[in-house]
Amino acid sequence: MASGIEPGAELLRIENISLSFGGVKALTDVSFNIKRGEVRAIIGPNGAGKSSMLNVINGFYHPQVGEVWYCGEKRKGAKPHQIAHQGIARTFQNIALFKGMSTLDNIMTGRSTHMAANMLSQAIWRGTAEKEEIKNRRYVEEIIDFLEIQSIRKTPVGRLPYGLQKRVELGRALAAEPVLLLLDEPMAGMNVEEKEDMSRFILDVQSEFGTTIAIIEHDMGVVMDISDRLVVLDYGKKIGDGTPEEIRNNQAVIDAYLGVPHE
Amino acid sequence: MQSSPQSTLDTFPKYLIRNSDVHASRAAMRHKNYGVWQSWTWAELFEEIRAYSIGLQLIGLKAGDKIAIVGSNRPRLYWTFAAAQALGAVPVPVYAESVAEEMEFVLEHADVQYAVCQDQEQVDKVQSMTERLPALQHLLYDEHRGLREYNHDKLHSIAGLQEQGRAALVANPDLAKEWLQGIDASHGGELCVMLYTSGTTGRPKGVMLSYDNLLLSSLNGNAFDKLDHNEEIIAYLPLAWVGDHVFSYGQFLTAGYCVCCPESGETIDIDRREIAPTYFFAPPRVFESLLTTITVRMDDAGKVKGAMYKYFMAVAERCGEKILNGQSVNIVDKLKYKVGNLFVYGPLRNQLGMSRIKVGYTAGEAIGPEIFSFYRSLGINLKQLYGQTEASVYITAQPDGEIYPDTVGKPSIDVELLLADDGEVLYRSPGVFMGYYKNDEATRSTKTEDGWVHTGDAGFIDDDGHLHIIDRAKDVGKLLDGSMFPPKYIENKLKFFPSIQEVVAFGDQRDFATVMINIDLTSVSNWAERNNIAYASYQELASHPQVYDMIREHVDQVNRDLSEEPRMAGAQIKRFLVLHKELDADDGELTRTQKVRRSFIAERYLPLIEGLYDGSTERFISTEVVFEDGRRGEISATVRIEEMEIYGASELRESA
Repeated sequence: MASGIEPGAELLRIENISLSFGGVKALTDVSFNIKRGEVRAIIGPNGAGKSSMLNVINGFYHPQVGEVWYCGEKRKGAKPHQIAHQGIARTFQNIALFKGMSTLDNIMTGRSTHMAANMLSQAIWRGTAEKEEIKNRRYVEEIIDFLEIQSIRKTPVGRLPYGLQKRVELGRALAAEPVLLLLDEPMAGMNVEEKEDMSRFILDVQSEFGTTIAIIEHDMGVVMDISDRLVVLDYGKKIGDGTPEEIRNNQAVIDAYLGVPHE
Repeated sequence: MQSSPQSTLDTFPKYLIRNSDVHASRAAMRHKNYGVWQSWTWAELFEEIRAYSIGLQLIGLKAGDKIAIVGSNRPRLYWTFAAAQALGAVPVPVYAESVAEEMEFVLEHADVQYAVCQDQEQVDKVQSMTERLPALQHLLYDEHRGLREYNHDKLHSIAGLQEQGRAALVANPDLAKEWLQGIDASHGGELCVMLYTSGTTGRPKGVMLSYDNLLLSSLNGNAFDKLDHNEEIIAYLPLAWVGDHVFSYGQFLTAGYCVCCPESGETIDIDRREIAPTYFFAPPRVFESLLTTITVRMDDAGKVKGAMYKYFMAVAERCGEKILNGQSVNIVDKLKYKVGNLFVYGPLRNQLGMSRIKVGYTAGEAIGPEIFSFYRSLGINLKQLYGQTEASVYITAQPDGEIYPDTVGKPSIDVELLLADDGEVLYRSPGVFMGYYKNDEATRSTKTEDGWVHTGDAGFIDDDGHLHIIDRAKDVGKLLDGSMFPPKYIENKLKFFPSIQEVVAFGDQRDFATVMINIDLTSVSNWAERNNIAYASYQELASHPQVYDMIREHVDQVNRDLSEEPRMAGAQIKRFLVLHKELDADDGELTRTQKVRRSFIAERYLPLIEGLYDGSTERFISTEVVFEDGRRGEISATVRIEEMEIYGASELRESA
């Protein structure tokens, strides 16, 4: 579906999105786009609507007003799993891994969209199911190698430190071979060294796999360093959009972060 | 198959050719990649190395050129040795984790024209210094990740070079023959490799070793321990270290055994378990940390398991070593040991990846007698060895059946020993190095006209003919009251406690002995967890009052031990402190082989040392730290200093 989109061309377009929960307006008339191959950051103070935005992109929330265009097609009421099949994968703000399963198994679950064998052939195992498993395992091992987590391959995820769990979660999202990868605060709660590692991995994902990345992150230093363009939200409204340099000099953004009173 | 008319096997490439003939279908090398062990037979290895060598020739590598190898234990990096040597070029392995300026010194001093890097990190590091390395022409790399966007004019992938080499071999049928002729023309007296010593003092020196040096040492080593092509070893120590060079390259080719490269530095324990090497080499700290892990895990084990471990380890302590040495043991103990072997020792050996060990060595530093005995009592044939880069490793080693924890063994095959008047150990052997590269002065002061080499270590030979090493000759000092002060002896006694990682002792030309201590994070953090001690950082844990109490007990125990030895009683520890940061090679406090650089530390921690001697109870210290990428930061802390009780030698004798 995304194969026709050249790097640099528009991959996803958000048009005049408004989302509300009862009387609470989470997003108001937000529009922006994401180009193929870029790192696009969504930033903003707490409660600005960043995670809601990601949930709209991956089809978990359905906005009352507005349109989502993906790969040149307008999206109509798709379910999250259908969207996963369209090549969008994500990680979560508070890690959502299977704690009792090993790193390897967790990442293997990310391959589920690439498994075609039915339950019967899985049970009999020989033939297609076996070939498929070997192929998928190979891909997962490449990710393990890429993220340098060989030493924890067989360790139950629940026993790993937080920073490594975050890395495993990134691995699971990568296993889906996403066209568009959504990262929800991948560096929250990390120390400087872990943040440096994670930044490096994100940039490597972009250059090695050509993956388009949308990232929510609070650490301004990191965001300005790794993203190509940023969208700034505040109280559900878009207040800025541009390169790191432009955002740095945007008065509305500075005000939002320094806390100028709202009328 | 590729047999050529060479008369004698006097270079490593000739051994490669022989092995590809004699052991053609046996596994020569394995590497765990993508979770699976991939292997090469000797025939395949020969083909890979030949293609690589021809590829190197195509980019201009020729006899006499120096080629640096920067990275960890990867097959392709090992292949570089033979591929370069086949062309008469000289490999120069470099410690991969060196900070940029250390590496730059070696690359510049060795005049390297080529550098082989493991990955992007090392390529970046070497490229950052190209301006100051005018001789450097080409860079090679093993792992392509992250390097796609780099300018590839002077940058080549090893796999790419091999492809070019293969294509050239197909295009020109004479090339293979010429390549073999080149190997035939070389001989054993030629320079084979340059290994830079990590240098506890001053700049690293480039030790030049010939094929004869390394081949004879390797062959003697094989003969001494009866090693042959059936051995399997795991290569995990730095390539630039002479030990790894002899075990994973010299003996690998001469004995024709199989070398296994682990998946990464962190997976070595898992990989070793899977391979179960038959021949194993490690510095004492590896054995220490393994034992610490076992102790920690057994502390957490269930009641039944814990009790079994305790009971059978007591049995092993009583008779395990005797059984290994073939001495007679009473029948009850023998039976108990058999049961223990089934339920405890066997599973433990398996867990350690040592279930097939024929012989294991520890060297580089003294090993704690308890640690040494622990492994031997499990039935693992662990021995001690004393060696140097300048000797192509072997000076002395313990023969089977003559194992004592406090000696380093008898002279190895073809090695002569001599003790100077001041106690310094000298040796002469076929492994003695050609000289230091571009440093004749150092060569002259180390190697005498008739081939004796000064080790710089003080020692003595006992009645059984075994060598004992006391300390670096120049480090053995005297307290102001005239009593002997052997710093390493004191430090080692303390380091044998699992909760202590590193110790630096002071006392030469002073009133009394003092120590600075580094806690062992693995052991102490587990202890803290079990005792409900909360801490947020290494620094906080190190300064915790309960940690101080524990260290105090250890120091007290050492003082008791020292007071029992008449010559050492004066060197008891009067005051000590626990350092707020780990001593680190990146900060220049340790050498790359993890040895303490005493004089550097004395300078850096001057305020603390003053504090140890001026009676103060705490001192503020601020030190600069260097990160691996060369950036600098600062760590500061107020360190507490404690006073110890000193035992009179006589007083204890009375109570005893």
